[in-house]
Amino acid sequence: MIFLNINNLNVSIEGKKILDDFNLTINQGEVHAIMGPNGSGKSTLANVLAGNEDYEINSGKIIFKDLNLLDLNIEERAQKGVFLAFQYPVEIPGVNITPFLQSSINSKLKNAKKPELDNLSFAKLLRKKAEELGINTDMLKRSINTGFSGGEKKRYEILQMSVLNPEFAIFDETDSGLDVDALRIVTEGINKFKNEKNSFLIITHYQKLLDYIRPDHVHIMRNGKIVKSGDISLAGEIEESGYQNI
Amino acid sequence: MDIETTKTLDKYAKDKYKYGFVTNIDADRPNKGLDEDIIKFISKKKNEPEWMLSWRLNSYKKWLKLPNPQWANIKFPKIDFQDIYYYSAPKGFEKKPKDLSEVDPKLIETYNKLGIPLEEQKVLAGVAVDAVFDSVSVATTYKGELEKLGIVFCSISEAVQTHPELVKKYLGSVIPPGDHSYSALNSAVFTDGSFVYIPENVKCPMELSTYFRINAEETGQFERTLIIADKGSYVSYLEGCTAPQRDSNQLHAANVELIALEDAEIKYSTVQNWYPGDEHGKGGIYNFVTKRGLCKGKNSKISWTQVETGSAITWKYPSCILKGDNSIGEFYSVAITNNYQQADTGTKMTHIGKNTRSKIISKGISLGNSQNTYRGNVSFLRKAEKARNYTQCDSLLVGNKCGAHTIPYIDSKNNSAVIEHEASTSKINEDQLYYCRQRGLNHEEAVSLIVNGFCKQVLQELPMEFAVEAQKLVSISLEGSVG
Repeated sequence: MIFLNINNLNVSIEGKKILDDFNLTINQGEVHAIMGPNGSGKSTLANVLAGNEDYEINSGKIIFKDLNLLDLNIEERAQKGVFLAFQYPVEIPGVNITPFLQSSINSKLKNAKKPELDNLSFAKLLRKKAEELGINTDMLKRSINTGFSGGEKKRYEILQMSVLNPEFAIFDETDSGLDVDALRIVTEGINKFKNEKNSFLIITHYQKLLDYIRPDHVHIMRNGKIVKSGDISLAGEIEESGYQNI
Repeated sequence: MDIETTKTLDKYAKDKYKYGFVTNIDADRPNKGLDEDIIKFISKKKNEPEWMLSWRLNSYKKWLKLPNPQWANIKFPKIDFQDIYYYSAPKGFEKKPKDLSEVDPKLIETYNKLGIPLEEQKVLAGVAVDAVFDSVSVATTYKGELEKLGIVFCSISEAVQTHPELVKKYLGSVIPPGDHSYSALNSAVFTDGSFVYIPENVKCPMELSTYFRINAEETGQFERTLIIADKGSYVSYLEGCTAPQRDSNQLHAANVELIALEDAEIKYSTVQNWYPGDEHGKGGIYNFVTKRGLCKGKNSKISWTQVETGSAITWKYPSCILKGDNSIGEFYSVAITNNYQQADTGTKMTHIGKNTRSKIISKGISLGNSQNTYRGNVSFLRKAEKARNYTQCDSLLVGNKCGAHTIPYIDSKNNSAVIEHEASTSKINEDQLYYCRQRGLNHEEAVSLIVNGFCKQVLQELPMEFAVEAQKLVSISLEGSVG
């Protein structure tokens, strides 16, 4: 079965072309990284995969586990196992993570026609996952992302991912605004969660993040396409000589 | 705005009201219209003493001279006060039934349907209820238990008979009949409502609550509630309201007076869900209410919490007069307007005593074509040394056709007063919706979650038993789905 296949995808926003005949295949259990200069279309790719409605899909296909992803809306994709860790997770004042994430996981279970989690079993699950990630239970009492530091927001994203257990997780420039310590904590979280069943797409500017995660494949993106693919050593090249020579 | 938001908004606009049913019961009511005879009729029905009748008639005389207030940000056709029934009671209600076996089963059924069972074994644990149906109180639960503590909890009509000295002393002491035309009108024709007296140093062990139901057509409900907390006492009181779904507008003009003596505290919560009218703005209740609390003694405290989701027009300003030194006034409000609803609501905090403090948290949510206004008046009189006020009012707009307005008045005659005011207006944030939906919540769930979060500061002030209900109500007034 195909896990994820993006085929000749053309995307524009307000008439401006952003993704240009874009192609990418990701197999189950693989970690792919996409690097590229500003404006190369990396974040657009992440948001188009998640179903963001601000973009116009001009042509192409995204096949995800036998589904045409483009037929599904944002929440349906999420329920099918697509998770986007946001570059700038938004604050939702007054909304606690417990009921939020419980509705979230239950929407997924409902979609899969599985029994939903009651309050108690969900609270247990959340506490267990938080403990695994070294997240203080006090943090679970706060409103979603409200007043959080950059690092706290990203850890919160990791926590949500590990509770929802998605098969395909996209990280959109998770390293932006993080110091070295926060970066280490976040990448440790990703590594803990990684297994042969789930796949990752890591979008980043810098090699630093990839030093911790060690992706299977690295792609360089420019002007809406992948211009070069390779292994982790490609990231090293970029770090040394920049994107100019590619 | 994206298509999904538009779709969800359409669903909101078709919001259904689940309390819109009518109870078919024979009603005893005189002709329409207001004159001295109808006031005498009401007074006689209630077997009132002479002093009560003359108080009513004096109020009526004041009403005749008072113009209707024009300053609120609301629009409605002129009310014809001669085209309203001023009294309606289920037949055979000359005297309040002694117990439920004397109450028409249709009435008990009505309250069951509204989720307010009147049989004590079934009622919410720890909540005593006074049920008011049109112009009369149908039943009051847990009365006996409260009496043991010296607490008086009964209908105001009963209190006029049983505790005339308290009624005489306090009725109209916070809202004088001549305050404005609706207070004069209410004082002239008030029919029923609750009376509460908490004796010195008694902390009322249960929530007291009144459930107001308008049933009869073209009938005004003129509720009068009086709560007195004696020295060192505490009481938490809650009122809920619903009405049938009708094409014509109905008037509800209530007066509520609270008096807190030294070291006493009154917590008053309202969940107002009168019929709001249909999606074209037809029908609905005109909710013109005067609520005022007097912190009479030192260190007393009055706290108003309101969740206003119903009514075609809501026009109310639960206020505090902070007379006693160190007294505290609080106002927490959530007002949601949808379709063509109009709300002009807020509070008035009058600082008279030293070190008096007040806090105002107001959350307005506007949807559809509705208009939502926060109006507040904070004043510090000359002797209000070191008094403080904190005001926060936030407005949330959902859609492009609604309006949010914030009108704060501040008047200080004392230089030592400290006033803080924060206000914000925002549109429902597409990024927040995207975030929630990316986590698998559908559009409607996401909006409801965000709005509930926006209101949380206020909802958490409600008594536990009602916080969950209120949260549901908030969701329902947003959603198309009911129940």
